[in-house]
Amino acid sequence: MDKHRRKFLKIAGASVVAGIGAPAIIKLTATPALASGQGVAAAGHEAAPAAEHGGQGGHGEEAPQGVRLGMVIDLRKFNERPELLDAAIATCIAVHNIPEFPNSKDEVKWIWKAPFSGVFPEHSSQHSAKKITGNPAVSLCNHCDEPPCVRACPTQATFRNSANGIVAMDYHRCIGCRFCMAACPYGSRSFNWYDPRPYIKKYNKDFPSRMKGVVEKCNFCSERLALGQEPACVEACQGTGAITFGDLNDPNSGVRRLLDKEFSIQRKPSIGSKPSVFYIV
Amino acid sequence: MIEKTLKGKPAYWIWLAFLGMFMAVGAACYIRQYNVGLGLTGMSRDVSWGLYISQFTFLVGVAAGGVMLVLPYYVHNYKEFGRITILGEFLAIAAIIMCLLFIMADLGQPMRALNVVLHPSPNSMLFYDAIVLNGYLFLNILCGWVILTAEKKQVKPPKWIYFFVYLSIPFAVSIHTVTAMLYCGLPGRHFWLSAIIAPRFLASAFAAGPALILIACLVLKRVANFDAGRKAMNKLITIIIYAALLNMFFVGLEFFVAYYSNMPGHIEALQYMFFGMEHHGVMYNNLVPFMWAFVVLAFGAIALLVTPAARKNDLVLGIACLMLFVAFWLDKGVGFVLAGFVPNPLGEIVEYIPTMNEIGITLGVWATGFMVVTLLYKIAIGVEHEVEG
Ligand code: SF4
Ligand code: SF4
Ligand code: SF4
Repeated sequence: MDKHRRKFLKIAGASVVAGIGAPAIIKLTATPALASGQGVAAAGHEAAPAAEHGGQGGHGEEAPQGVRLGMVIDLRKFNERPELLDAAIATCIAVHNIPEFPNSKDEVKWIWKAPFSGVFPEHSSQHSAKKITGNPAVSLCNHCDEPPCVRACPTQATFRNSANGIVAMDYHRCIGCRFCMAACPYGSRSFNWYDPRPYIKKYNKDFPSRMKGVVEKCNFCSERLALGQEPACVEACQGTGAITFGDLNDPNSGVRRLLDKEFSIQRKPSIGSKPSVFYIV
Repeated sequence: MIEKTLKGKPAYWIWLAFLGMFMAVGAACYIRQYNVGLGLTGMSRDVSWGLYISQFTFLVGVAAGGVMLVLPYYVHNYKEFGRITILGEFLAIAAIIMCLLFIMADLGQPMRALNVVLHPSPNSMLFYDAIVLNGYLFLNILCGWVILTAEKKQVKPPKWIYFFVYLSIPFAVSIHTVTAMLYCGLPGRHFWLSAIIAPRFLASAFAAGPALILIACLVLKRVANFDAGRKAMNKLITIIIYAALLNMFFVGLEFFVAYYSNMPGHIEALQYMFFGMEHHGVMYNNLVPFMWAFVVLAFGAIALLVTPAARKNDLVLGIACLMLFVAFWLDKGVGFVLAGFVPNPLGEIVEYIPTMNEIGITLGVWATGFMVVTLLYKIAIGVEHEVEG
C-alpha cells in the first residue's frame, strides 16, 4: 500500500520537475470544481503544441517529453480471476456516478467488457486459442497520444492535457455535437441522451454528475490522481498486477518495466492514434 | 419588396398554412426534445448521428447546387439563365437555413452553440463548416437582394456586387467540400475514409440542386405564370444528367475498390447498405430497400432525362427530376451518414430507426425551408412580373 502511494507521489513529482508547478497539477488533474473551469481547458491547450511536437524527426522514434500517463492491462490476470474485472468496472461506476440506463441504446460506459475480436480486430486470428475467445477483453478510453476525438472537437471541450497526456473533458463547454463520438476509433465515448441523475444508483458526492446533452468517457481518474491516489480500477485490482498505471515516458516506471519485459499490444495500431493503454494477452 | 409576400391567390395561402401546420408540429416536438433530451430520437451510443445530420449533409448539397446557375450565367455569360439565377440563389438561402436548423436540432446543448465561435478550434472541420456555411448564406442574401433590387428599379446592379457573386462560386464548392471533410477525415470509419467523398458530394449536389430548381420552374410555370424558357430548362437538364452520371460513376468506384480489394473494412458498410449483414445469426438490413430504391430511381430518372420525347412533356420531366431528387436524398440524406456507423468500432451492429418525435422535427425543418423558399420566390417573381408589366 505504502509503496503504491509513493509511486504516485513520484508521478506528481515528475510533473514538477518537468516544469509544472504543484498548483498546476491540482488544476490539471481537476478537482470537481476545477474540472469544469475554463482555466483547465486553457492550461491544457496553450502548452500543447510545444510539448507534443518537439523533437520529432524523420522516421525515428520521437523523443518523449513530459509525462504521458498510461496503463498496462494484463488480460491473463483477468482470465484467471474474472471477478477482478467485474470489481474494477463496478468501482469505476460507483466512483464516477455513471448512470445505468435500462435501455442499451442510452448506455453510458467508461470501462466495459467486450469480446477480444471486437476490442482487437487487427490482432484477431481465424483460429484463436480458447483462452482468447472464451474470455472477455476490456475496453476503455485509450487516452491516445494523437487523439482523433480532440482533433474533431469544435470547442476544445475535449482536449489533451499536455502536462500528463490525459485526454480530458470539460462538461460545461461541450455543445453535444457528438463529432468526437464519430471520430473515436474505439467507441470509448458516451452521450447523455437523457438527464443521467435519476439513473445513478448510488450518488458519490465527491464527483460531479453530468447533465443531459454532453459527452463523457473515462478520465483516467484525474480527480484521484490530484489527491495522489491511483485510478479506482487500478486500486480495485491492487496486488494482482492486472492493471499497472504510470508514466510511459519514464523508463524506470512500473508500466515501462512491464512493457520492456512482456509482449504487449495496443488497440488498432494502424489508426495512428497511439493509445496509451497497452494490453498483455 | 417584402410586401409582395402579402398578396396571393387562395392556393398560395393554403400552401403556406399547410407548411405552417408542419412547422408548428415540428416546434412542439422540438420543445419536447429540448426538455427531455435527445433520448427521444432513435440515435444511440453506436449510431450517434441520425436524420438531423443526414438531412444537414444532403441540404448542404442542395445549397451548393445553386452555383450551377450562377456559374454559367456570370462566368460564361450564358444569358438564358438570366431569369432563373435568382431562383438558385434563393434556394441556397432556404437550404442553408434548413442546415443550420438541423444542426441546432442535433446539439445536445443548443444554448452553448456559440462556443464554436468563442473557443475557435482550427483543428476541427466543424469550425470551418460553420464559417463557410454562414459565409455562403450571407453572400446569397446579399447578392440575391442587391440584384433583385436593381432589377426592380430597372437599373444595372452596382459593380461591386459582382465581386461577391464571383466569391460565392468558390464558397459553394467549399461548403460541400468541408462538409465532406467532416466525414472523410475520421480515421476509424472505413466507409467515410475515402478521398472520393468530396467529389461525390459535389456531383450529387450538382444534380439534386438543379433538379429541385427545375421542379420549381415547372411549378411556377403553372401557378405563377412564370416561364423560365425552354432553352434554359434544356441546359439545366444537361447539367443534371452529367452530374448524376458522375455520382453514379463514383458510387461504382466505391464498389470496385471495396469488393475487388476484398478488404473487410471497405466492404462492410456497402454490404450492410445494399445486401444486409449477418451478425451473430441476426440479419441486419434496414437500409437495403432504400439503397435499391436509390439505384432504381437514379437510373430511371437518367433514362427519362436523356429521352428527348420524355423531356418535352412537362409532367414527365417533373417526375424525372423528382425521382432524381429523391434518389440522391436516399443516397446522401439517408444511406451515407447512417451506414458509416455500421458496424461500430467494436464490430457490433446496432440499427437506427428514427422516432415519431424526431420525424416531426425533421418535417418541421423541411416545412420551414419550403416556407422560406416560397416567400422568396414570391418576391422574385413578383418583381419580374412588375418589370415585365
Ligand atoms: S480512445 Fe477515443 S476517446 Fe479516448 S483519447 Fe482515443 S480517440 Fe479519444
Ligand atoms: S460533443 Fe462535446 S466534446 Fe464531443 S466534439 Fe462536440 S463539443 Fe466536443
Ligand atoms: S481509470 Fe478511472 S475513469 Fe478510467 S476506467 Fe479506470 S476507474 Fe474508470
